[in-house]
Amino acid sequence: MAALSKIAAGNGHGENSPYFDGWKAYETNPFHPTDRPEGVIQMGLAENQLCFDFIKKWLMKHPEASLCTAEGVNKFKETALFQDYHGMPEFRQAIAKFMGKVRGDRVKFDPDRIVMSGGATGAHEMVTFCLADPGEAFLVPTPYYPGFDRDLRWRTGVELVPVICESSNNFKITRNALEAAYEKAQEDNIRVKGLLITNPSNPLGTILDRETLKSIVSFINEKNIHLIGDEIYAATVFMEPEFVSISEIIEEVECNRDLIHIVYSLSKDMGFPGFRVGIVYSYNDALVSCTRKMSSFGLVSSQTQHLIASMLSDDDFVDNFIIKSKKKLFKRHEYFTWSLSQVGIGSLKSNAGLFIWMDLRKLLKAKTFEAEMDLWQVIIHEVKLNVSPGSSFHCHEPGWFRVCFANMDDDTMETALLRIRDFMRKNNAAMIPHNKLCRRSSLKLSFSRRVDDFMSPGIMSPHSPLPQSPLVRARS
Amino acid sequence: MPLLSRKATCSFHGQDSSYFLGWQEYEKNPYDEVKNPKGIIQMGLAENQLSFDLLESWMAKNPGAAGFERDGQSIFRELALFQDYHGLPAFKKALVDFMAEIRGNKVTFDPNHIVLTAGATSANETLMFCLAEQGDAFLLPTPYYPGFDRDLKWRTGVEIVPIHCTSSNRFQITASALEVAYQQAQKVKLRVKGVLVTNPSNPLGTTMTRDELDLLINFIADKEIHLISDEIYSGTVFSSPAFVSIMEVLKDRNPKNTEVWDRVHVVYSLSKDLGLPGFRVGVIYSNDSIIVAAATKMSSFGLVSSQTQYLLSAMLSDKKFTKEYISKNHKRLQKRQSKLVSGLEKASIGCLKSNAGLFCWVDMRHLLSSNTFEAEMELWKRIVYDVKLNISPGSSCHCTEPGWFRVCFADMSEDTLKLAMQRLKSFVSSTTINNRSHQDLKNSRRKLRTEWVFGLSFLSLNDREPD
Repeated sequence: MAALSKIAAGNGHGENSPYFDGWKAYETNPFHPTDRPEGVIQMGLAENQLCFDFIKKWLMKHPEASLCTAEGVNKFKETALFQDYHGMPEFRQAIAKFMGKVRGDRVKFDPDRIVMSGGATGAHEMVTFCLADPGEAFLVPTPYYPGFDRDLRWRTGVELVPVICESSNNFKITRNALEAAYEKAQEDNIRVKGLLITNPSNPLGTILDRETLKSIVSFINEKNIHLIGDEIYAATVFMEPEFVSISEIIEEVECNRDLIHIVYSLSKDMGFPGFRVGIVYSYNDALVSCTRKMSSFGLVSSQTQHLIASMLSDDDFVDNFIIKSKKKLFKRHEYFTWSLSQVGIGSLKSNAGLFIWMDLRKLLKAKTFEAEMDLWQVIIHEVKLNVSPGSSFHCHEPGWFRVCFANMDDDTMETALLRIRDFMRKNNAAMIPHNKLCRRSSLKLSFSRRVDDFMSPGIMSPHSPLPQSPLVRARS
Repeated sequence: MPLLSRKATCSFHGQDSSYFLGWQEYEKNPYDEVKNPKGIIQMGLAENQLSFDLLESWMAKNPGAAGFERDGQSIFRELALFQDYHGLPAFKKALVDFMAEIRGNKVTFDPNHIVLTAGATSANETLMFCLAEQGDAFLLPTPYYPGFDRDLKWRTGVEIVPIHCTSSNRFQITASALEVAYQQAQKVKLRVKGVLVTNPSNPLGTTMTRDELDLLINFIADKEIHLISDEIYSGTVFSSPAFVSIMEVLKDRNPKNTEVWDRVHVVYSLSKDLGLPGFRVGVIYSNDSIIVAAATKMSSFGLVSSQTQYLLSAMLSDKKFTKEYISKNHKRLQKRQSKLVSGLEKASIGCLKSNAGLFCWVDMRHLLSSNTFEAEMELWKRIVYDVKLNISPGSSCHCTEPGWFRVCFADMSEDTLKLAMQRLKSFVSSTTINNRSHQDLKNSRRKLRTEWVFGLSFLSLNDREPD
């Protein structure tokens, strides 16, 4: 009997991990404000749902951005036929401009270096196929996005070697940690081809400072290995310090540009994961050429290229979007972290991303990953929140959890916070009596705010009429 | 300086093949009725441009589908967030209904057995990843679509072993050809994992007979291997015999839940039937739910844009539209194909009798200076550079006999086709009448070879995506 391939029959897709228990719990009992108020609230999904109203307004004013309206249908035929793997020039120009604006126009991106892919998921796999052979490895700082285990390894046969980062210095990527990981790989006879960093970080929500970036660039130059910067959360930096991209650093330090590559996507910054807009931007001509040919396996639908080209070439829209999005993320983040601090829950100080890195170490019965799993089961089944345990991100220390905050409306967020408060009360953690919860106490904010100031009206519920399986997020 | 990977530096992407050189020449000097009437006419692109007006008029009548609306409500947000690799249920339902309709409703498909992928390019590669690995091979009848060399082999490490088909029996697959191919694979120590056929055939434009399909099923049952039927042209069958899908034959022969049933898979796409290659809609259909599950997970690397799924689910759910489209599309294809055939006849050129596809398999063996592939290349270069038609030489499709060319007819206007046929007729007449000296011929060959070599060394960045 003709069996499946090893790749298909194995577990490389990563979906058998216990990590998915939270998803399953949510699936079987999803929260809905009226239909299912006791259901599990989804806080494991890094989606950006805060700016859809703004985008919809733009769409209504620009019917020509859609191929199917009277205003847009004259472009239908040429768009429907367009399967050139170079991608539409207008699309590449719009993306290049957007990437520049997100970086405060401190750098310019060349549209001819833009290569499309099937989301960042497809981009990572494609870059890996082009940079490494089976058995070779990339270094990846921990904690990191669980999807990398599948995206970089599954069909490519490439390995990931963790660069251990620790809470003692806020999970900074140190030169020592990089060297240690590199040496370990050498000892294990694994050839390291590159280093993959996610900046801003998933799951930490922090950005890399200039010194760290320079140190990273000098490290990869010295070792003559590639640097892949996943900057998928670049536009979610909602607070100082300002985001610094690899594209800026290479203008400041001596570096072999053939080693520098950026992966990007519109899934997080714009909230468009369904449109599958992945981008590879490389400073290496050979890699641009190769990935371009390989992008045949995951081109962006020309219908979507057309829409995105229209939208992102509107400078006013883009400028306003970037500002609005940051404001909303900031508000949401501030309110969430402040509310958690009121019940004695801390998190890593962060200024980016769609989530926080919550510190529940003091709630662990023991400093072990088993204890982390036990706590997580409690959070899912008793508190009824789907959050993501640090172990699924290969975190070196137990007790950390990634909690998403941008994929729900304000009311749902309140419900989640109430549940957390109740849970903390039961657990005798540092508590504040109920009547003080809604009053500001000693906030570390540099401006005075009332709780109402955090509320942004008109954000929709996470309940979607379309069936969604959480097991299948292309990127979570 | 670290190298890129082996995959990055090999030539399995296939872009160095002659198939793509014609593209490049076209790109440099494309025909335009007004701006460049002496330019190269594109006849190497298997696109269906004949029925766009039908699609456009549907959209004019159904503005909601495009404007991200359903029942007057905006669903933009839901679509923008929808990244479930199971795909939009309404889209999958509409697809299976459409696929059944194309097959005269003689078979039905289960939407839960569909996997959506970024084009048939991705569908075929994904199936390879699921069914085979390095050291394995799939048998493919020649001539076959040049893109398979990339899609099936490049990143997967899987090999292709050809099943040689010849003009002696209209390039049909025979039992002995299958056996020979299988033995050949064994000889070079490759494990045969399956057979992949394209039905209707690219580049032949013919549909497979029931006998051939039966033969294939017998073969894969006997060898306990898979069968992939790429039915991307199933909606382009414009004259008899009617299209017979592998699924129909399977249904007629075997009850469900046999092992063979689980080893037959269909690949489909909307790039040819609907003429929407830009939208990247590919389909894997398998009776085996384990394969469906594995392929579904892999589709993460190339999902179909939710925006596109939504538009097409609205369009394909409109049964009145699909019925009209299928019928009108057939008629137009038939009319256009016969114009090509008669144009060729006037130039004393014959072609394989065909009833499907967007191209004809044209017989120019009589125009070869010798029965060799070198002569085929010479002829091809003259056609590209002198006659200024980009057509695809049979060698790029791995045909075992020199002198055959694939000529597309649905990617241009009727006037352009007429002009192309006139050019061809003049070329053939002048070749026959002007008894060119041997030396002249040699000189022109040398010049063309230089140009070709030059073209190889300086490939422009405008590499064209093949069909």
